[in-house]
Amino acid sequence: MNKICGSPKIKRWKKQGLSDRIFKLSALLSALLVIFLMAGFFLQLLWCSIPALKTFGLRFIYSTEWDPVNNVYGAASAIYGTIITTAIAMLIAVPLSFVIALFLVELANPFISRIMGQAIDLLAAIPSIIFGMWGLFVLVPIMQNYVQPFLADTLHLGILPFFDGPQMGFGFLTAGIVLALMILPFISAVMRDVFRMVPQVVKESAYGTGATTWEVTFDVTMKYGMQGLLGAVFLGLGRAIGETMAVLFIIGNTPKISASLFESGTTISATLANNFAEAGGLFKSVLFELGLILLIISFLVQVAAQYWLNRVRKKAGGGL
Amino acid sequence: MIATEPVINKSKIIVKNLNFFYGQHQALFNNNIEIKENMVTAVIGPSGCGKSTHLRAYNRIFELYREQRAEGEVILDNENILSGSVDILELRRKIGMIFQKPTPFPMSVFDNVAYGLKLHYRLSRSEMAEKVEMGLHRVALWDEVKDKLKAPGMALSGGQQQRLCLARAIAIEPEVLLMDEPTSAIDPVGTLKIENLIEELKENFTIVIVTHNMQQAARVSDYTAFFYEGHIIEYDKTENMFTKPKAKQTEDYITGRFG
Amino acid sequence: MKKKKSIFLRKLKNNSMSIISVLSTIIGIFFLAWIITVVFKTGFSSFNWSFFTQATKPYGIPDGGIANAILGTLFITFGAAAIGIPPGLLGGIYLSEFGRNSRLGDMIRFSSNVMMGIPSIIVGLFVYTLLVYTTKTFSGFAGSVALAIIMFPVIVRTTEDMLSMVPNQLRESALALGTPRWKTTFSIVFRSAKTGLITGILLSLARVSGETAPLLFTALWSDSWPFNFFTQPTANLTVTITEYATNSPFDEMHAKAWGAALLITIAILCLNITCRTLFKEAKK
Repeated sequence: MNKICGSPKIKRWKKQGLSDRIFKLSALLSALLVIFLMAGFFLQLLWCSIPALKTFGLRFIYSTEWDPVNNVYGAASAIYGTIITTAIAMLIAVPLSFVIALFLVELANPFISRIMGQAIDLLAAIPSIIFGMWGLFVLVPIMQNYVQPFLADTLHLGILPFFDGPQMGFGFLTAGIVLALMILPFISAVMRDVFRMVPQVVKESAYGTGATTWEVTFDVTMKYGMQGLLGAVFLGLGRAIGETMAVLFIIGNTPKISASLFESGTTISATLANNFAEAGGLFKSVLFELGLILLIISFLVQVAAQYWLNRVRKKAGGGL
Repeated sequence: MIATEPVINKSKIIVKNLNFFYGQHQALFNNNIEIKENMVTAVIGPSGCGKSTHLRAYNRIFELYREQRAEGEVILDNENILSGSVDILELRRKIGMIFQKPTPFPMSVFDNVAYGLKLHYRLSRSEMAEKVEMGLHRVALWDEVKDKLKAPGMALSGGQQQRLCLARAIAIEPEVLLMDEPTSAIDPVGTLKIENLIEELKENFTIVIVTHNMQQAARVSDYTAFFYEGHIIEYDKTENMFTKPKAKQTEDYITGRFG
Repeated sequence: MKKKKSIFLRKLKNNSMSIISVLSTIIGIFFLAWIITVVFKTGFSSFNWSFFTQATKPYGIPDGGIANAILGTLFITFGAAAIGIPPGLLGGIYLSEFGRNSRLGDMIRFSSNVMMGIPSIIVGLFVYTLLVYTTKTFSGFAGSVALAIIMFPVIVRTTEDMLSMVPNQLRESALALGTPRWKTTFSIVFRSAKTGLITGILLSLARVSGETAPLLFTALWSDSWPFNFFTQPTANLTVTITEYATNSPFDEMHAKAWGAALLITIAILCLNITCRTLFKEAKK
């Protein structure tokens, strides 16, 4: 008996079994780390925001007060700024990305399409702080000296509340434009990939019916890839909502709500970046609660994006 | 090419010296053929012989790809469609096309058939409904789908999808129907239905069908063209072609010696 | 009988859309090219010997370089790589080798896609609570951990994608010889997916090396050399840019911020281009 059990062959087999079990277990644990970390984000931020939650309750979300001296805080202005800048960015970036993707896939000759496609992929990798710097040093003066006077005075749009305000260059509009430029290459790249996934024979079939390029794109390609396009939009949205550095330099960092897009404001992430170092006690807890709000919004946006992209991936059988 | 019997029917499409290129590579060599009106012409030959390429010149669908180009003449009703003066949208309305795989668009059954109509015509809602119903009747699909006109086209079976595409193509009243191996992705029952339809549809349309299935060519077509390595080797009435082929290569192919 | 739609109008619409599309592309590319040009032009003029060799000076003293920040960024990034790569690779192995069609695998895959989209500033806050708050000090190490967490899901997903491309026969033939699973994975599967794995890692490095927000809560900033990596705030390029660009009235400091920005841009572009070339070769 002893001899058989101790025979080198069986011993090796047993050892292999153990080492493989360790291997599989460590792989599983590493993979589960994704879920632990996600849960950790929520739990830690929730834990740290308990003092703020206790003090302000639900009122925190819609209160516009922001008074560090008296320790009274409300998130409304930061949420408002986040929504406004993101909305401006999406309004500019989504249609622009759509037609850029259309150009790259349907109109440009293959050589130009390849070069521009690569350029767009590279631009999508440029860190946001670069966009922030460009915004601060280049775009803000241009907005102040040319764009804002042009919109308000030359076009007389100043009678609208959106364009009536201090022409300082900083504020929602400028931040929104910089955000738009930042997410533009990113959304274009995903939309281009979605357009490419539409089977060529379906497009040919539409062309064969006598449709123009635009008719094929609008009626067939777009419908075919609708979920993917939605996914792309939501990926861009997620980036814009959580972006810190592209906005921080430009938004003006004043916690107020105003209809004018020329006014300074703040966003959730800018508030965090701006105040965290000096904050203590309840103020810090308030900032954690802001972080929690941002986390919940981004999480929902990402889940939506991934849900739609997954459905397209399944339909197309891989890729993207 | 070997001469055929004297022409009886009017020619719908006359192809003269058609050469076709994929970039540097020449795929078709001096194709000459006359497609007869209201007849079914089958195009057969081993894979890669240029059958589909030839067909794709008729509606200039190849122009979607920059590196592809055609030289020569394809004359539809006295007009060379390869010349720039022909309007490509109108050309493709006149010449419908069915592909190897069913290509329902991502929309409802009704909208699939209405798609081409909406592109080319201004119709009231009732006219549209009438046209769609007529189209579905003509491909014998109406009874199968009349209760699920709002269902997505992709939810139908493969054979139904292909007939839906056929309905979509004929709803805009083309004159010619190009079919590029229309039954290659479809089960035998569906294939049979489509073959029967071809028989009926030729009353109103001129049909050119590419097929790799010789029995199918023999069953449905009046004329057959045999392609080999980009050349039209033989073109004749189908019965002649299959009973007494004139060229050696044709005989080898239809007796199954290659391909 | 039927009213034909005007072909002219349809084509007009199509052509105007094409023109709009071309113009938009030009506008988009123009703005992005503008940004890149400004970075290169302004940044390049501040490159000189002391820029690369001297440490940053305390606030208000405009001369000096950014050498300490370069070194700090290297420390933080390589630290992040050391922490993030091993679990990232293992997680990717799990998804491709054990979790291909399992529910758990799908769930982890979905979660890592979602995690990639969580704002980096949140990761900064999270690591702050874990490492800075508990040790009572900002540190470069905390920065590394934050960046490692951002890298982690990226590596998991690229590893999975690369390993899935390895044909199953290769695994089976190795396993059939009696090779244990772990050995098969590390020697056979990894070897044939080597280029792809390197590409994924480099891409994830490119992705974190421009991060700023998480470092604001972890590594912070310093004007000394980064030798107290574990116990002190650590100099790094991106937070230096933030400091110099926003908290300084001096043009010299703005110029240094541009120089640092150019350095990061070049590094990231190089990493990305390397990845692309590598990946193309791997595909062949």
